[in-house]
Amino acid sequence: MTDTVLTQEMRKVVVRFSGDSGDGMQLTGDMFSQSSGIAGNDLTTIPDFPAEIRAPQGSIGGVSSFQVQIGGTEIYTPGDAVDVLVVMNPAALAANLQFLKSGGIIIADKDNFSSRYLKKANYEENPLEDGSLQDYFVIRAPATSLTKEALKNLGLQTKEITRSKNMFALGVVLYMFSRPLEKTIEFIEKKFGNKPKLIEANTKALNAGYNFAHNTELYGHSVHVPPAKLPKGTYRNINGNKAVAWGLLAAAEKSGRKLSLSSYPITPASEILHELSNRKDMGAIVLQAEDEIAAVTAAIGAAFSGNLSITTTSGPGVSLKSEALGLAVIAELPLVIVNVQRAGPSTGLPTKTEQSDLNQALYGRHGDAPMVIIAASSPDDCFYYSYEAAKIALEHVTPVLMLSDSYLSSGTSPWRIPEKEDLDEINIPRFEGPPDEWEPYMRDPEFLNRYWMAPGDKGFEHRIGGLEKKEITGNLSYEPLNHEKMTKIREEKIQRIAKKLPKQKVIGPDSGKLLVVGWGSTHGAINTAVTELMDDGETDIAFTHFNYIYPLPENTEEIFQNYDQILVCELNNGQFVNYLKSKFSEFSFRQFNKIQGQPFFTSEIKAQIINLLSE
Amino acid sequence: MQAGTVKNKVQPPLTRKDFKSDQDVRWCPGCGDHLILASMQNAFAKMGHKKENILSVSGIGCSSRITYYLETYGIHSIHGRAIAVSTGAKLANPDLNVWVFTGDGDSMAIGGNHFIHACRRNIDLNVVVFNNRIYGMTKGQSSPTTPVGLKTKTAPGGSYENPFNIGEIAIGAGATFFARVPDNDLKMLEDVMLQAYHHKGISIIEVLQNCVIFTDGIHEKITGKDTKDENQVILEHGKPIQFGKENSEGLKISGMRLEKTTAENTIIHDAEEADTNMHLSLVRLKLPEFPVATGIIRKVESTPYEKSVHDAIADVQAGSPFKNVDDLFRSGNTWEID
Repeated sequence: MTDTVLTQEMRKVVVRFSGDSGDGMQLTGDMFSQSSGIAGNDLTTIPDFPAEIRAPQGSIGGVSSFQVQIGGTEIYTPGDAVDVLVVMNPAALAANLQFLKSGGIIIADKDNFSSRYLKKANYEENPLEDGSLQDYFVIRAPATSLTKEALKNLGLQTKEITRSKNMFALGVVLYMFSRPLEKTIEFIEKKFGNKPKLIEANTKALNAGYNFAHNTELYGHSVHVPPAKLPKGTYRNINGNKAVAWGLLAAAEKSGRKLSLSSYPITPASEILHELSNRKDMGAIVLQAEDEIAAVTAAIGAAFSGNLSITTTSGPGVSLKSEALGLAVIAELPLVIVNVQRAGPSTGLPTKTEQSDLNQALYGRHGDAPMVIIAASSPDDCFYYSYEAAKIALEHVTPVLMLSDSYLSSGTSPWRIPEKEDLDEINIPRFEGPPDEWEPYMRDPEFLNRYWMAPGDKGFEHRIGGLEKKEITGNLSYEPLNHEKMTKIREEKIQRIAKKLPKQKVIGPDSGKLLVVGWGSTHGAINTAVTELMDDGETDIAFTHFNYIYPLPENTEEIFQNYDQILVCELNNGQFVNYLKSKFSEFSFRQFNKIQGQPFFTSEIKAQIINLLSE
Repeated sequence: MQAGTVKNKVQPPLTRKDFKSDQDVRWCPGCGDHLILASMQNAFAKMGHKKENILSVSGIGCSSRITYYLETYGIHSIHGRAIAVSTGAKLANPDLNVWVFTGDGDSMAIGGNHFIHACRRNIDLNVVVFNNRIYGMTKGQSSPTTPVGLKTKTAPGGSYENPFNIGEIAIGAGATFFARVPDNDLKMLEDVMLQAYHHKGISIIEVLQNCVIFTDGIHEKITGKDTKDENQVILEHGKPIQFGKENSEGLKISGMRLEKTTAENTIIHDAEEADTNMHLSLVRLKLPEFPVATGIIRKVESTPYEKSVHDAIADVQAGSPFKNVDDLFRSGNTWEID
C-alpha cells in the first residue's frame, strides 16, 4: 500500500460508500460513522441518493452514496475528495470515480462487475481488469459470492442473503481502520431486534468481510485515525432535521408548554414532520395540514391557544405562508417557522441545497413586517438553534424564522447530548396582576414584548387580529400616527432582542487585510478553509460566521471596521452580502457565490481567499 | 376532554350581556348580521360554557367583524383561513368551545379547501356561514353562491357561473352536522347553535343572511312572512316532513328522487341516518319546484378528530419508556467520550 494516499496514521480520512439504491449504503455508512464516533473521532456525513424513488436497478441514476469524513481533529465537512471508495457495482464506480483522490483506495464487489451490470453503467470493458484504474489501489472483493458462502446454511432466501453483502463491505472497511466488531454487532442486534436470523446473517457477513480483508493485501496496512479532543459527554449522531425536531421538543419541555406542529409535506423539510408525528410519547400534537396556508394559520391558532407552536416547510411553502406570517407579526404571537431551504425558484432543484431564501426571510412579506431570523450552521447545532428560535419566540411573544437547508437536513454530525442544566431557562412573559389592569398590547418596558395571555386565563378574554391596533389596548385603529408608532414599535421590539444575543466571534486576528464572512450551513467549509490557510502560515485573514441574521449581533459593525476587505461567501447570488452592504455601506465588501445546488468545497474557498490576498 | 363536558360548566349562569364587548357594532342597519350576533350571544349564555374557554374566530368580510363584538377570546384572522386557524386552536386545546364565523366568499372561495378538509376530519368546530350570496365588504362582486342571472359588479350582464350549494359541499365532504337557518328565525337560530354546541364533531350552520345593500331580499321567497310556509320546509328529526299552508304537503321518494305528496304520505326526517343520500337530496331541494329545506338536516355521531389525536397521544404515552426528552435523547445508539 506504499503508493496509496493512506498512511498508518492519519488526521482526516474521507470514505464514500456507494451502491445501488437497494444495497443498504446509507445504513452501512451510518454504522461506519457510529464506529468512528465510538473510536473518539469527530466526523460529518452526507448522504447522496437518487431523486427517483426507485430508479432502475444497476443504473447510474439509481446509485445511492454516503460520504463521511472522520478525523482526529475537529471535522466540519464531509470532505472534498475521497480517500476510500466502496463500490458495490459498476454504476457506483462510474458515478463516483470523479470524487476519488489519485492514489485513493477502491473496494469493489467484483462479483457484480458482470457484463450485464457493466452494460448498464455504459462500460464496454471491465474497469477492474482493463488497467484503467492504475492510478488507484483496487481491492477486488468477491463480496456477493463470499457472503453467499458464509450464509448458505442459514435457510435464508437468495434475496435476503444478497442484501447482507453491505455488511461484508462494512467488515472490510472496519478492518482497514482497525475497529473492533463488538459495537457494530451490538448495533446490528438493536436494528434487527426481533429477527434473530437476520442478526446472524448480518453478523456472519460482517465477519466474512473482516476476515477477507485480513487475508488479502490489506493485511498489516491498517489506518489509525487518532481520537479527536471532544468535550466529555454522551454522544450520538444526528442529522439536521431530527436535531430541529428535538430542539423544539426540548424547548417545549423546558418552557412547560405543549408542542403543536402543523405542516404540509415538502422536500427537504418533511422529516421534521415525520419525527414529531412519531413523538406522541413526548406529547407532540401534530397536524398534517391540507396545504401550506392551513399549516401556518393552524399554527397561529395553536399559538393563540398557548402552545409552543411551529410550522416547518421549505422555500415554496414559505411563499404560500407569507400572508399569514404578516398576521403573526401584527398580532404579535409566538410562532416558530422553520425553512429547510432547497435550491432555486419554483420547484427548482428540490433535493439540492442552497441559501437562497434569505431575501424571502428578510423581505418576503407585505407591509413592514420584521421577523427574527436565525440560521443553523451544522447538523448538530440545528438542535440549539431550533431551541433558541423557540426561546426567542416564547420570551418575546413574536414569530421567529429559522433557516436550515437541504445540506444540514440530511447530513449528520456527532451531537453531545445536553445535560439538563446546559439548556437556558425559558421565561414566558405573563401578566401577573389582575385582569382589569391588563391590556392586550401592554408591553414589557425593556424589551417591548407584550404579555402572553391565552384562552383558559380567566378574565383575560381579548380579541386580536390582522387589522392595525391601537397602541396598548389593541382596539382597531386607523389613526395615521398610531399606525406609524405601531410599525416602529414592532421593529424596535425585534432590534432590542440583539441585547440578549451572544456577541459575534472572530477566528484569527482582530484586524487585518481580509475578513471572511459566512452564515448558516456554510460554516464547515469556510471554517476549514480559513483554519487550513492559517495552519499553513497565513496571518492576514480572519473569519466570522453569522447565526443571528435579524437582528445582527450588536458588535457586527465593530468587527467589520477592523478589516480592509470583507469577503462574504454564500450559496446564492449574493443575498447576505447585499443585506450587509445596505446596513454597512462604508465597508469594502467582496463576494463569493456558488449557485450549483451543491455545498462549498473547502478547496474552492481556499482558492478564492488566496486569489483575493494576491490582488 | 370535549367541549360541553361538566369540567367547563360555569356558575352562576351567564347572560347575553356577558358576551357583549365594548366595541361599537358597525354593520349596516337592517343587516342580517345583527340577528346572528344576538342569537350567538343568547346561545353562549345558555351553553353555560366557561367564558375563558370560548374562542371565536373569523376570516375577512362583513361576517368576520363579529369577533370584535363577542366578549370571548377571539381571533379576526385573514381571508379564508378562519377554519384553519380554529383547527390549530382546537387541536392545541380541546377544552375550547370554538366558533367560526365566515361568509360565502370567505368559506366557499378563498377558504374552500379548509372548509372541505375540516368537514372530512370532523373536528369539533362550530362553523356559522353567513350566506348572502355576494361579496359585501368589497362592494358587490359575485361569490361562489351567487345565483345564475344575478347582476353583480363582476357580472354586469348577470352571473353565468353555477353556484355552490353549501350543504351539498359540507355533507359531500363528510360533515356530521349540517343545518340551514333563515336569519330572521331567531328561535331556530339559537336552537341550532345550541345543538351544534352539543354535537361532537364539525357543525356547519348555513345562515340565509340578507345583505340590505347588494342582495336585499335575495332570500325573501324562503324567509318572507307571506311566502315562507309555501317555500320553506322546516326539518325536525323524527318528525314528518311537512310544509305548505296548514302543513298540507309533504315529500315522498319516487324512483331516484323526491317528489311532492300529501301530508299523510310524507316521509319522516331522520337526521341521524349515516348514509348521506337522503340528506343530500334534502339540501338540494330548490325553488320553484320544491320548498327549501331548513333546520337540522344532518346530525350523525362520529369520533371527532381532536379526540382521536389526543387519545392516540395518551395511549402512546402510557406505553412509552420515555418520560422526558432526556430519556429520548439517550435512547438508541450513543457513545461516551471521557
